[in-house]
Amino acid sequence: MTNVLIAVVVLLTIAAMVQLVRVNELLSEITNKDTNEVTDEDNNKNGILFLIIGFGFLAFVIWQMITWDHLLLPPASSVHGAEIDTLMKVSMTLILVVFFALSPMLFYFAYKYRGRKENKAYFFAHNNKLEIVWTVVPTIILTALIIYVLRTWDRAMNPDISEATVIEVYSKQFDWTARYSGTDNILGDANYKLVEGRNTLGVDVNDENSADDIVVREVHLPVNKPVLLKFRSRDVIHSAFLPHFRVQMNCVPGLSTQFAFTPTKTTAEMKESEGEDFEYVLLCNKICGSAHFNMQMKFIVESEEDYNKWLSSQKTIQNTLTLK
Amino acid sequence: MSDHHHKETFITKYIFSTDHKMIAKQFLITGMFMAFVGMLMSAIFRVQLANPGEYSVLYNLLPGGWVSEDGALNPDKYLALVTMHGTILVFWVLTAGLSGTFANFLIPLQIGARDMASGFINMLSYWFFFIATVVLMSSIYVEGGPASSGWTIYPPLSALPEAIPGSGTGMTLWLLSITLFVVGSLLGGLNYIVTILNLRTKGMSMQRMPLTCWALFVTAILGVLSFPVLLSCGLLLLFDRSFGTSFYLSDIIINGEALHFSGGSPILFEHLFWFLGHPEVYIILLPALGIVSEVIAVNSRKPIFGYKAMVGAILLIAFLSFIVWGHHMFMTGMNPFLGSVFTFTTLLIAIPSAVKVFNWLATLWRANIRFTPAMLFAIATVSTFITGGLTGLILGDSALDINVHDTYFVVGHFHIVMGLSAIYGMLAGVYHWFPKMYGKMMNKTLGYVHFWATFICAYGVFFPMHFLGLAGLPRRYYTNISFPMFDGLSDINEIITFFALAGAIVQVIFVFNFVYSIFKGTKASKNPWKSTTLEWTTPIERIHGNWPGDLPEVHRWAYDYSKPGAEDDFVPQTVPLKEGEENH
Repeated sequence: MTNVLIAVVVLLTIAAMVQLVRVNELLSEITNKDTNEVTDEDNNKNGILFLIIGFGFLAFVIWQMITWDHLLLPPASSVHGAEIDTLMKVSMTLILVVFFALSPMLFYFAYKYRGRKENKAYFFAHNNKLEIVWTVVPTIILTALIIYVLRTWDRAMNPDISEATVIEVYSKQFDWTARYSGTDNILGDANYKLVEGRNTLGVDVNDENSADDIVVREVHLPVNKPVLLKFRSRDVIHSAFLPHFRVQMNCVPGLSTQFAFTPTKTTAEMKESEGEDFEYVLLCNKICGSAHFNMQMKFIVESEEDYNKWLSSQKTIQNTLTLK
Repeated sequence: MSDHHHKETFITKYIFSTDHKMIAKQFLITGMFMAFVGMLMSAIFRVQLANPGEYSVLYNLLPGGWVSEDGALNPDKYLALVTMHGTILVFWVLTAGLSGTFANFLIPLQIGARDMASGFINMLSYWFFFIATVVLMSSIYVEGGPASSGWTIYPPLSALPEAIPGSGTGMTLWLLSITLFVVGSLLGGLNYIVTILNLRTKGMSMQRMPLTCWALFVTAILGVLSFPVLLSCGLLLLFDRSFGTSFYLSDIIINGEALHFSGGSPILFEHLFWFLGHPEVYIILLPALGIVSEVIAVNSRKPIFGYKAMVGAILLIAFLSFIVWGHHMFMTGMNPFLGSVFTFTTLLIAIPSAVKVFNWLATLWRANIRFTPAMLFAIATVSTFITGGLTGLILGDSALDINVHDTYFVVGHFHIVMGLSAIYGMLAGVYHWFPKMYGKMMNKTLGYVHFWATFICAYGVFFPMHFLGLAGLPRRYYTNISFPMFDGLSDINEIITFFALAGAIVQVIFVFNFVYSIFKGTKASKNPWKSTTLEWTTPIERIHGNWPGDLPEVHRWAYDYSKPGAEDDFVPQTVPLKEGEENH
C-alpha cells in the first residue's frame, strides 16, 4: 500500500513539473523571448544566491565546529599522540585559514562579477608575477609543513622500545585476543598450523619462551611505561585501532606488524574528565566481514601496582595448555 | 569528404554506431543509469545508518534474503551495498560515464576531426563497457550476493567465500566485470590519445587546444598506464581464488581449518591495486577539472587565466599521481621511511592544485559572469575542490593518518574532492553541451532549482562526516551502536541521512529536465553560449563526419573572450588574426 502511495506521489510530482515547464514556455512564447536565454535578472538572482547560500554554508561549517566539538576525540592519552595532536592543530589551523580565505573569495567573486548585458569582462590572460607568487608561496608553506610532519612521523615510529612490555594482539573474525610475553618479556613462537582446541593462538608449547606467556581477552597496561604491540591475524586483514592513544596498525595474515607507544593517562583519570562510562577500546578498522562493526576489546590503563597485581592473577600458558 | 554521412539504419545509428557523438550519448545514458543505481544504494544504507536495525520501505527494492525476518537489513548485505555503491560510482559513473561521454563527444569536435581515429574500436569500447555493466548488475542476484569486501576488494576477505558470502560467485562476477571494463577503457583510452596526437585540424597545435582536450588527453594516458596494473592485480586474485595459487594469501585459518596457502602477501595486492587506485582518482577528477575550466572561461566571458600554468598543473598532477599510491597504505606496516617518501610526494600535489584554484579565481575576477546552470555547477566544483582538497593535507600526512585513516574523515574528504567535484563537473558538462548533443536547450529554471538544491544537500551530507571521523568512527560500520563512545553521533548520522535522501530526490528534477528537453525542449541555436571552440561551428543537425564541407582551420587559441579591439565579446578559433592583432 505504501509503495502504491509513493508511486502515485512520484507520478503526480512529475506531472506537476511537466505542467510547470509548459506554462513557463507558453508564457515566454506570448512575451516573445527565449525562455532559456540567461537574463540579467537570472545573473542577479544567482549572484545573490551565491552570497547567501555560499556564506550560509560557511556559517553551517562554523556551527558544526561549535556544536559538535564535544563529540570529537579527547586529547591523546599517549606520548606520541600528544605530538600528533599538536601537528593536527597546526594543520587544521592552516587548512581552516585557507578555507575561510578562498571560499568567501569564490562566493564573493561570483556575486560581485555577476554579468550585465552592457558590461564587458576584463581581458586578463596571464600575469607571470602573480603566477610565480602563488606557486612559490604554497611551496614554501608546504616545505615547512612537510619537514614538521616528517619529524613527527619519524619520532612516532621510532620510539625507544628497549624497555617496552611486549604484548601480542591477535585478530580473527570477529574478536581480539591478547598474549602477554610474561616475565621473560619474550613471546613464545607461534604458528597458525598449531591452532587447535584450546590453543587458539597456535602457540608453540615446546618453545621455552612460551611457558610464561599469558593469554587474555582484556588488555591492562601500566601507565607511563612503553608497550610494544605485535599484531597477527588468523583469517583476513583486520586493523587494530586505538583512537584514544592515536594508534593504528593493520593485522595481516602471514605478516607480523607492530606499534609501540606509551600510555599517559589511566582509565580512572579519563573517567574523571570524560564521564563514568569512559573506556579505552580497541576497534577493528579494516572491513573484515559481517560483524566488522562489533569487533572490540577493552583496554585498561592503571598504576603499575594495580597492573602487576592483575597480571600475577592471570594464568600462564604453562598452567593452561601444557598441564592438561 | 562529405560522403561521410552515409545512410544509417536504426541499428547502425542508435545501437552499433561508430559515430563518436552517438557513442558518447550511449556512455552518458549508461553512466546516468548506473549513477541512479549507485545513489539508490547509498540512500538505502544511509537509512540503515540513521535507523540501525529498523525496517524501511526502501528495503523493498532489495532482492529477497537481503533483509532479515524482522525487517532489518542484513549486516553482510550492508557491506554488499557499500561495495557496489563504491564500485559503480568510481568505475561506472565517474570513469566511464565521465571520460567515456566527454572524451568521445568533445575530442573530435574540439580538435576538428571527423571522428575518432578508429570508430570501430570506439564502438567496441562501449560494448565492452556495456557487457561489463550487465555482468556487474547480474552479480546482485547471485547466491551469496554481490562482492561485499569494499570496492578495494582487499584479499583475503575478497578471496575466501568462507569469510563473507559475497566473496563467492558475486566476487567472481565482479572480477570478470572489471576485466571487461578495463578492456573497454583501454580501447577507448588508446583511441583518445591517437586521435588527439594525429587528427588535429590545420592550425590546432597542442598549445591551442581547449583545456578540456588537455585534461581528457592526460586522463587517457593515465588510464592506459594504470589500468593494465589493475587487470593483472585482478587476474592474480582470480588465480588465488580459483586455481589455488598463493600470490596474496598465506597462513590462513578459516572456520577452524588451516588453508594450504603459503608465502603470499595481501600487501602485494594493495600495492598493485593502489598503483591503479591513485591515478584512478585523477582519471576521475581531471576531466571534470577540464570541463570546469572551459565552462568557467566561456561563461565568465574571459580567457582562462594562466593557460600554460593550467596545462602544466594537469601534467604535474598526473605525474605525481603515479608516485603517491602508498598514502593509502600508511597503516599496513610498511617501512616508516617509505611512509615518509609517500607523505612527501603526496603533499607536493597541493602545489599544482593550489595553482589551479588561484587561476580559476583569477578568471572569475573582473569577469562578466553569465549564470547558466553549467556555470553554477562549475563554480561549485571550485568550491568542493577547495573544501575537499584541503583535508587532503591531513590525510596525506602519515602521522595524522594514524588517527583518521579509514574513518569517516576519509569518506567526507574523497566524496567532496573527488565525488562531488567530478559529479558537478559532469553535470556542468551535460548542461553545457546538451544543446550540441541533442540540438535542444535544457530548461534553465529547472537547472537552477536542481543546482541549488544539490549544492545545499551535498554539503549537508559530506561536511558533517569530517566530524564523525574526528570522533574516531570507522567507515564501513553497519551501525555504531555497539560502541558507547559513539553514542553522541546519532544526531549527525540523522542529519546526513536527511540531506542524502533529499539530495537523491532532487536529482529527479535533473532526469526529468534531461528527458523532457530531448523531446520537447526549445530548439538550440548553433552557438547558444557564444563560445569560441570548434564544436559550435558544426551544424545543429547531427551528421557523421561533423562538418559538412571542409574541416575548419584554426587561427588562434580557444580563449579569446572579451578581447580588446574585437567587435563581439568572443572570437571563434576559426577567425584569422587581424593585422597587428596579438596572439593573446
